[in-house]
Amino acid sequence: MIDVLIIGSGGAGLTAALSAKEAGASVLVVGKTYPTNSQTSMAQGGINAALGNVMEDHVSSHIADTIKSAHGLCDEDMVRKMCADAPQTIEWLENLGVPFSRLDNNKSGKNTVAQRQMGGASAKRACYAQDYTGLKILHTLYDTCLKENIDFKDEHYLLNLIVKDDIVKGATFLDMRTGEVLQIDAKSVVIATGGYASLYHGYTTNAYGSTGDGVAAVLRAGGAVSDMEFIQFHPTALKHSAILISESARGEGGYLVNEKGERFVDELKPRDEVARAIFAQMQEGQRVFLDVRHLGEEKLMELLPQEVELCKIHEHVDPATELIPIKPVAHYSMGGIDVDYALEVTGIKGCFAVGECSNAKVHGANRLGGNSLLEIIAFGRFAGENAYKHSIYASSKPAEEIQKQKDQAELDTLLTQENPQNFYPYRELLGNLFYEKVGIVRDNSQLHEALKEVIEVQVAQKHMGVSDKNKTNNQNLIDFLEFKNALLLAPTIISSAIARDESRGAHFKIGFEEENEDLKKHIVLQWKRES
Amino acid sequence: MQIKILRSQTNTHQLYTLPAGEIPLLNALTYIKETQDASLTFSAGCRASVCGTCAVRVNGREELSCSYKVKPGDVIEPLQYHPVLRDLKVDKQKAKQTLLNASSWLHTSQEASLTHADEKFTEKQSDCILCDSCYSACPVYAVNPDFLGPFALTRAYRYTSDKREGDVKGIVDNIQTNGVWDCTLCGECTAVCPKGIDPKMDITMLRGTSLQHGHSDPSFATQNFGTPDFGGGGFSF
Repeated sequence: MIDVLIIGSGGAGLTAALSAKEAGASVLVVGKTYPTNSQTSMAQGGINAALGNVMEDHVSSHIADTIKSAHGLCDEDMVRKMCADAPQTIEWLENLGVPFSRLDNNKSGKNTVAQRQMGGASAKRACYAQDYTGLKILHTLYDTCLKENIDFKDEHYLLNLIVKDDIVKGATFLDMRTGEVLQIDAKSVVIATGGYASLYHGYTTNAYGSTGDGVAAVLRAGGAVSDMEFIQFHPTALKHSAILISESARGEGGYLVNEKGERFVDELKPRDEVARAIFAQMQEGQRVFLDVRHLGEEKLMELLPQEVELCKIHEHVDPATELIPIKPVAHYSMGGIDVDYALEVTGIKGCFAVGECSNAKVHGANRLGGNSLLEIIAFGRFAGENAYKHSIYASSKPAEEIQKQKDQAELDTLLTQENPQNFYPYRELLGNLFYEKVGIVRDNSQLHEALKEVIEVQVAQKHMGVSDKNKTNNQNLIDFLEFKNALLLAPTIISSAIARDESRGAHFKIGFEEENEDLKKHIVLQWKRES
Repeated sequence: MQIKILRSQTNTHQLYTLPAGEIPLLNALTYIKETQDASLTFSAGCRASVCGTCAVRVNGREELSCSYKVKPGDVIEPLQYHPVLRDLKVDKQKAKQTLLNASSWLHTSQEASLTHADEKFTEKQSDCILCDSCYSACPVYAVNPDFLGPFALTRAYRYTSDKREGDVKGIVDNIQTNGVWDCTLCGECTAVCPKGIDPKMDITMLRGTSLQHGHSDPSFATQNFGTPDFGGGGFSF
């Protein structure tokens, strides 16, 4: 039996794999895509560490900025750990060969890494690799995994965790190529499956697959989720395609303007405030643009080459000479699987969660740009080590195949169901519903409406299914399973938002526009056991 | 507008009708799957040209579905030299194996004083998203399926040119067989790369590095000198 099963092959999963292996564990990484296809590749702006390479900076400032942005909802011990680990995290990445952008300062190692300004930061703190920071970290991690002989199972879709007596025993997967269900037994499990912002289908910067598969699996297995209502909206996505334009565009001096050409907000405020300011403009009927023309073509190509290209392809504008039409869209899920100080899932022993899928309580009500890449690497290593430690004393008695048989039966039913209703229109409906009613600015009547509509869709879901009945390589089936996960998580987000009669960070509610000290707490949800 | 897509089950091109308008191919494929034919199978991810999932061939040329603007009459087919799993979805396992064979990673890490100029030196190479477009366009695979290929060699070059690499020879030794000398320098890889990477140039550079480390062009040695052991330090740089 393998020691550590890692589910998800993005930056968090690969990092956990490397650290568990280094600690001495046998490791298997299972993901629904190939490792380098993950959401991590899309992180552009940077990874925070108080190195002070460009200007004075201190770990204490990084901690203070993160706590401030979290609006009282973070766990300060976890924030301290992450921020204090940040410099050695960069050093670790530097040793693996990450091709960071560099300064000319005659120094060596991590002290040559270039750093830039991000919103809500009191110093130039984000280490970057042009605007491909996530991509270059992810690929370097992957190269290192190959070097270290990490085993992978690609294109295996997580179905369910196997939990007995509140202890994780492994998980079941659908081998997407063959259509077979398989059970993988393990002494410890690390969930690193990414966030759930794709629930906002059509209104998200996320890849199609960010449907919260791991978060939903934890709920089904009896574990807890928390802070689900905190969804970060990124201020600047392209208006028509919802494709992300990095915060570094503003960090480097870009302006936000309305159609009258007026600036209406300090562009370097945290994302929640900037997103609300844009939303207010849009409510007034104003179109909003990102203006980077004054930076000049040469600087744009140097600092933001990817953004320039994306604007040309998807919005038909040249940022060097034209305004970029933008809108705020769902970008990051602060909430997720509830974990303790060791990143162990509340309610499931031996199961750890790391990265966007987990709620390690470092981002609180609003995440700072540059802290998500830091979290996946710093805590990815921590999760790998802790999972290995758990595996040393864990039982090696494999679980029975009850879950596997149940999953197989469910899939067989789906593949034989006659005349199912097409679920794709509902996926779109769910996205629209969430953007309109569970979006940047919320109010209780809309949230209640949203909950009612979601329950209607859940009822209707029993008649939905897949029209493609092929057993092998059935993407229609995967899309449906992902949709089911998103739909399962939808009420947790809405009901938490309803319960939170206040405004805090990314959660803003009309009629309750201030923070309420009594609600300075996490809303934790767990399914009741069937008796 | 109508486009044709190669379906694997029938091995024929199926005609699909799309609403008029300039949209990325990926949006067109998604539209077909959601509204016309749920069995049409393709791979997709980020929509923003960075996850490397969605490369296909359009009219015989490799393109990322998410950035290519679909035109009337386009013929869409899967990547070449990859086993087709279904329709436009291919198996990339074997192609990924080239990274392992080329050992394209940092072998021995040493602390270095890197500058802005050093960053620029491998910036393009490290933009690679592993979309496999270059692999599909490479004609060497028609004759040598074991060729290490453009993306693995570009990645090997990226690490050999990194000042942090303390064991350049360790990489270079692994890219001799089915490697740098098997490339025909035709430049097809460079032409199709969606990130503007130039594997042909990287391979040329790696040939130079190979010579510096005592390797030589085996065909050159055989043809001109007839002694297979030529090159063991014969050139001096």
